Amino acid sequence: MLTAVASGFILAILVALVRRISSPAAGWFLAALPACLAAYFSSQASRVWRGGPILEHHTWAPGMGVALDFRLDGLSLLFALLITVIGAFVLVYSGKYLRDRARLGRLYGLLLFFMASMLGLVLAGNLLLLYVFWELTSISSYLLIGFENQRAAARSAALQALLVTVLGGLCLLAGIVLLGNIGGSFEITALLAQGDAIRAHALYPAALSLILIGAFTKSAQFPFHFWLPKAMEAPTPVSAYLHAATMVKAGVYLLARLNPALGGTTAWTAALVAVGVVTMVGGAVLALNKTDLKQILAYSTVSVLGMLVFLIGLGTPLAFQAMAVYLVAHGLYKGALFLVAGAVEHETGTRDIGKLGALFKSMPVTASASVLAALSMAGLPPMLGFTGKELLYESALHAPVHAGLLTTAAVAAGALLFILAAAAGFGPFFGGGRHSGADVHEAPSALWIGPLVLATGGLVLGLAPALMNAAVRSATLAVAPAAATPVDLALFHGLSPALVLSAVSAGGGLALYSLHGRLIVAGDGLKPLAQWGPASIYDRAVGALNRIAVTQTGLLQTGYLRHYMQMVIVTTVALVIAGIVRWAALPQMVGPVGPQFHEAVLAVAIIIATIFAVRSTSRLAAVAALGVVGIGVSLIFALFGAPDLAMTQLTVESLIVILLVLVMYHLPDFGVFGPRRYRLRNLIVSAAGGITMTLLVLTAASVQYAPPISTYYVENSYTQAHGRNIVNVIITDFRALDTLGETTVVAASAAGVWAILRLRSRKGFFK
Amino acid sequence: MGVLLTLPILIPLFTAALCLLAWRWWRVQRVLGLVSAFALLCAAAALLYRVRTEGIQAVQIGAWPAPYGISLVADLFSAMMVMITGILGAAVAVYSAGSLDKARQSFGYYPLYHVLLMGVCGAFLTGDIFNLYVWFEVMLMASFVLLALGGGQGQIEGALKYVTLNLMASSVFLAAVGLLYSVAGTLNMADLARKLRHAPEPGIVTVLAMLFLVAFGTKAATFPLFFWLPASYHTPPVAVSAIFAGLLTKVGVYALIRVFTLIFVRDDVYVHTLILVIAGLTMVTGVLGAIAQNEFRRLLSFHIVSQIGYMIMGLALFTPLGLAGSVLFIIHNILAKSNLFLVSGLAQRFGGTFDLKKLGGLYEEHPALAVLFLVPALSLAGLPPFVGFFAKLLLIKAGLEAGSYVIVAVALGVSLLTLFSMMKIWTEVFWKPAPQRHPAVRRRAGAGLWASTASLAALTLALGIAAGPAFDLSRDAAAQLVNPQSYIDAVSRAHR
Repeated sequence: MLTAVASGFILAILVALVRRISSPAAGWFLAALPACLAAYFSSQASRVWRGGPILEHHTWAPGMGVALDFRLDGLSLLFALLITVIGAFVLVYSGKYLRDRARLGRLYGLLLFFMASMLGLVLAGNLLLLYVFWELTSISSYLLIGFENQRAAARSAALQALLVTVLGGLCLLAGIVLLGNIGGSFEITALLAQGDAIRAHALYPAALSLILIGAFTKSAQFPFHFWLPKAMEAPTPVSAYLHAATMVKAGVYLLARLNPALGGTTAWTAALVAVGVVTMVGGAVLALNKTDLKQILAYSTVSVLGMLVFLIGLGTPLAFQAMAVYLVAHGLYKGALFLVAGAVEHETGTRDIGKLGALFKSMPVTASASVLAALSMAGLPPMLGFTGKELLYESALHAPVHAGLLTTAAVAAGALLFILAAAAGFGPFFGGGRHSGADVHEAPSALWIGPLVLATGGLVLGLAPALMNAAVRSATLAVAPAAATPVDLALFHGLSPALVLSAVSAGGGLALYSLHGRLIVAGDGLKPLAQWGPASIYDRAVGALNRIAVTQTGLLQTGYLRHYMQMVIVTTVALVIAGIVRWAALPQMVGPVGPQFHEAVLAVAIIIATIFAVRSTSRLAAVAALGVVGIGVSLIFALFGAPDLAMTQLTVESLIVILLVLVMYHLPDFGVFGPRRYRLRNLIVSAAGGITMTLLVLTAASVQYAPPISTYYVENSYTQAHGRNIVNVIITDFRALDTLGETTVVAASAAGVWAILRLRSRKGFFK
Repeated sequence: MGVLLTLPILIPLFTAALCLLAWRWWRVQRVLGLVSAFALLCAAAALLYRVRTEGIQAVQIGAWPAPYGISLVADLFSAMMVMITGILGAAVAVYSAGSLDKARQSFGYYPLYHVLLMGVCGAFLTGDIFNLYVWFEVMLMASFVLLALGGGQGQIEGALKYVTLNLMASSVFLAAVGLLYSVAGTLNMADLARKLRHAPEPGIVTVLAMLFLVAFGTKAATFPLFFWLPASYHTPPVAVSAIFAGLLTKVGVYALIRVFTLIFVRDDVYVHTLILVIAGLTMVTGVLGAIAQNEFRRLLSFHIVSQIGYMIMGLALFTPLGLAGSVLFIIHNILAKSNLFLVSGLAQRFGGTFDLKKLGGLYEEHPALAVLFLVPALSLAGLPPFVGFFAKLLLIKAGLEAGSYVIVAVALGVSLLTLFSMMKIWTEVFWKPAPQRHPAVRRRAGAGLWASTASLAALTLALGIAAGPAFDLSRDAAAQLVNPQSYIDAVSRAHR
């Protein structure tokens, strides 16, 4: 299975590297890979159905719990087949669909990259590996939604989809890590085996909510659904593949996958059923007033995704069967309808159902595919969509709680889907739209073969649903190992309550379809409500984020050096004072001896000179005062037994004063900057800094944990290093590396000053 | 044996000296610089191999025994940092050889570049707290000159802010070293660790630790001490920005991790909570700063700040997993961030500006550059399969295991915002159609520019694919940090 996944990535990279793959025919050639993969997975089918999951293990980062584990069971097999089969047709389709040949290679590459990621997602046997592929699908979805990147709408739709799904992805990551910490492993097989322990754990609610957010964002559940209709900015084959048939089902897949580990609790059931039902009904209602083919299909996809989540939430064996069947049915009919919408747009230049109609004569093959798919979506016999819908009604009727309410919702959704199917799959070909069809031709074969095969698949499986018995049983087994029941799918089960409900929803749908035009108009009246919807909340959040960012940055990064310096000092003071207070380590004066008289005089002189330097209005006087401070400090050094230090300091001080006097002529006027309160603030900050350092020195001086190492230097300076001046020996021998570093600093600064000055004076010399 | 420890300092030192001697012949300097950068890379690799196979290495300079002479010590963390310095040093040397103007190349760029590398390597290798200060000075002087060299007003202004604030940090650092010496009577870090471990009460030591937190926090650009960074990093040539972005702040982070795992380990709850708060605020303020920017390199500069928060998050958690996360995150971030700066240089070359509003259309014109941007950008946002994801995963896992849910939420939220601002660059520079073409546009870039940029991106991907060995290395480095006894022992039996 590693090979299967890797082959997709490798081919994607090859396509990116080989520029020649821009011919429409290349689609047929590239489709060979998904076709072969589909064949491979089909060949494994009987083994999986009979024997159970096929496991494969490769190491990746064992220390982190990440492994290249793959797991092919009934559930992942179903997904893998959907991904590869639809992927093959989408590749063929894309070659003809895209008018801009130059970008065709990019589309092929991204589609293959996505296919490989999606395959990896459903085959992963390790949750972290699943997450890796999960994010890869988000990234490829981003690049595909923004495929027509010249359009601002495509760019912002791509960003929105990315942010919403990655937000969910990050929650999912946290949830996965929590789950891994609870279960002691990231291996799916290991986690599924200890569902009871996981559900009883204190962190279960947290892990569950995080994982649910991840699944709901990816599968466009309310209130995260809004990114999916916007994602219709993508080229139509992308919408068909990612945003109808496969990627948006990743969340559904994850919920089904983790059902044995997380499912069955009240929280799980409540969250999935509530969110699922709201999404199922809400998505279909929102689709009613749309006139763009892709928008109608997108909202109906939202509705179906809600249905699938709802079914998983119900948690009965029948519901899982319904989920598996409808998953396939939806993949087939929705993929087909999207591809049809693309073909129609390709031939007529529009997707507006108000402008389309009577295309049957000009596009008979496309129309046939469309009608077959629409029948399945409408839930009419003998299509697979009918079987799936019957199972849905049956599951809702037998729901453990609120069966009446849930059945009503399901039937309502069924009726609404009927209308949408008619509007999107039937109307353009038989309706009374503007297009006479005279100037329209049948789409090229690459554009109709996919929809035709997929829709026919829905018909064949609808006529003989028993073909799916083994697959559905095996998928159900994977979702709920404990609750496996025999599966016996049939087109006609006799006169059951579900059949009655089917008739009700079809009849209701038919009745409402005649009112569709009025519904579209009525929907326009509700537009003001949209400002309270999640989409506008997203917009406002992004706007607020940008404003907060600008405000915060303006407050912090003011551009004034003095603010930055104050911040450094204030931080130092705060941290040090907090530390001193925390330890009640107030300074104890060193020894009983106060300062000697001459020391006090020196200190007073330094203080006076400092005050003078600060207050002086003459630069010369200020410099001179600073010189006094420096000399005072050197004298202190001298008094406390460091004559060489004092000499060095004296030299430096003199040099600085001389330098300052030299450059004084070139400096701007010396004045008092800023109003009084600024200077007051400066005074407070600098005083706080000085006082803090003083306190700190006094505190530190009162503690000594170990005798200083300097005695070693005294003892060894002459005997070992052959030098009488200990300070010199330290500088040149004991700690010569310091001196080497400092010499380098001096050399670097000399070279730097020279270079900066010369380069400035020779501006314009080069070039 | 000890020579391996000194080579990462000596190679750049001699190169800088030779370049100064060859001042008039900048082409000679360029060749010297390139050869030496790759020599440093080899030496660093040899050192890492030695440390990996034989354990912590230490040597006493001048054969004076510890703690009286200066120790150079390479544990795994140090060796990894020297290794990544070698990688980045070589990549940026190649990039600068192909991108810098002749004026800068002839006026001291090469000697100062190698002095900078010397300072960085010295800081990673020294086992002496005062010697660390010296290496900070070396770095500061070299970086200041590189920042100001050949610049107009904006560059000089940025350099002034840079040097002033960093000098303040250096003063705090120096004062802290002095006070620490008066308390503990030694400067050798292993010796400090040994003596302070048995100190009767840690109060004053914790207070001194706060000074180190300020000093290294400023160097590392943590909240609220980061101002110098966004004020200066967007001004010099791209190669200089890139090497700064990769290395300078990380030396600060390295120093924080070193002293807070080796020396100041007594009062952990207080200190670690404090660092955790700083980590969170650094992440948030940095990324918000980035979102507010419309200039390529300014945006990236604020991101440096934000990512520093993640690096010290692992330190704050102070678990083996957390520290491993920090180590891996530092490595990842050095690669990704410098890579992005190099990409910004190429984008500027092709688009004529760093202004996001005026750039555009590079997705069509230079798809290879688009890929080279996406790899580090997605890695930075912590998306798989790049190494940035694994680094983030470790930190998240460590945070959740430690029950620090708030910081985990912050870290995840900030990575979404990071993605948001990276995609802002992507949208503006690559996807958006090009607005009016800047006149000073070049169509092509030399192979050196492409090769250095691509090699960093390739490493980001390769380390993601080799996440297993990368994690093992980080975990072992973290294990040495958590149990400093092996470090102390290595110094006490150091080869003379």
